[in-house]
Amino acid sequence: MASFYGFEPGNPLFLGTAQYPSPAILTDAVKRSGAEVVTVSLRRESAGEGAGQAFWGLIRELGVRVLPNTAGCHTVKEAVTTAQMAREVFGTDWIKLEVIGEDDTLQPDVVGLIEAARILSDDGFQVFPYTTEDIVVAGRLVDAGCEVLMPWGAPIGSGRGLNNPYGLRTLRRHFPDIPLVVDAGIGLPSHAAQAMELGYDGILLNTAVAKAGDPAAMAEAFALAIRAGRLALEAQPIEARDMAAPSTPVMGKAFLA
Amino acid sequence: MTLLLNGAPQEIAGRTLAEALAELGFSGRIVATALNGDFVPARKRAETPLNDGDRIEVVSPMQGG
Repeated sequence: MASFYGFEPGNPLFLGTAQYPSPAILTDAVKRSGAEVVTVSLRRESAGEGAGQAFWGLIRELGVRVLPNTAGCHTVKEAVTTAQMAREVFGTDWIKLEVIGEDDTLQPDVVGLIEAARILSDDGFQVFPYTTEDIVVAGRLVDAGCEVLMPWGAPIGSGRGLNNPYGLRTLRRHFPDIPLVVDAGIGLPSHAAQAMELGYDGILLNTAVAKAGDPAAMAEAFALAIRAGRLALEAQPIEARDMAAPSTPVMGKAFLA
Repeated sequence: MTLLLNGAPQEIAGRTLAEALAELGFSGRIVATALNGDFVPARKRAETPLNDGDRIEVVSPMQGG
């Protein structure tokens, strides 16, 4: 199992906590998925409300690790300040670093991402950068201090799966020793299994579970798919070929023509 | 003085960030703060003076992906 800044989850599913029909369904989904890490965020708190306090109480009862994000940040400054606030509120050096560069695709601004990753790594953060499958950017992020990389599968919330399996495979081969997590764009358990079969170390997803008709059942389906994909990788799959090769031995077959 | 609290104008009597938070009812809450875009750690709120027109952000845990 891969080590994410020293943490080795038995189940490498990083589950988002947003968009569930209710807190109870969120709780069921986390439990049934077996996820050991959930992602969380920050929002403006109004004095009379206290919704944030209730949510934080719910997460702490689950007993899982939290990975705070910088969702919605478009500049280095915003992302760094958000990360600093998250570290104090959540009491963790982990940060899922998002610097968004384009609103239609929520594609990362990789230039800002590298700069923010360096600032935060130097400040003692353990950065999980939400990036693309670009191997040059990946190298810069590693140089900036990132010990985990999280390339997108497809745009956040799109459910399209792995848009560029070739690019993801290339990234895997270039960075054999860096824990890699596919973050975003996963729609189906088969997408998660495919990423694990490519040699990825984990899957981060939210919408595919939260917006399913039965989020808790879908959470379990993802856990099974991730396990299946990992097991398949370890079992060394066969190479695909163009032409048929009979699986039943032909020697000794009765001659009936 | 008038501050911008999470983007909305707010009249405050307190002279420091800690006093303003208490006045606004955030005492005992798990929140993080920023002043004019810069993070202010909880331990520094009492020694962080406020000025008219300052922008204060007060955030707390929420669901995220």
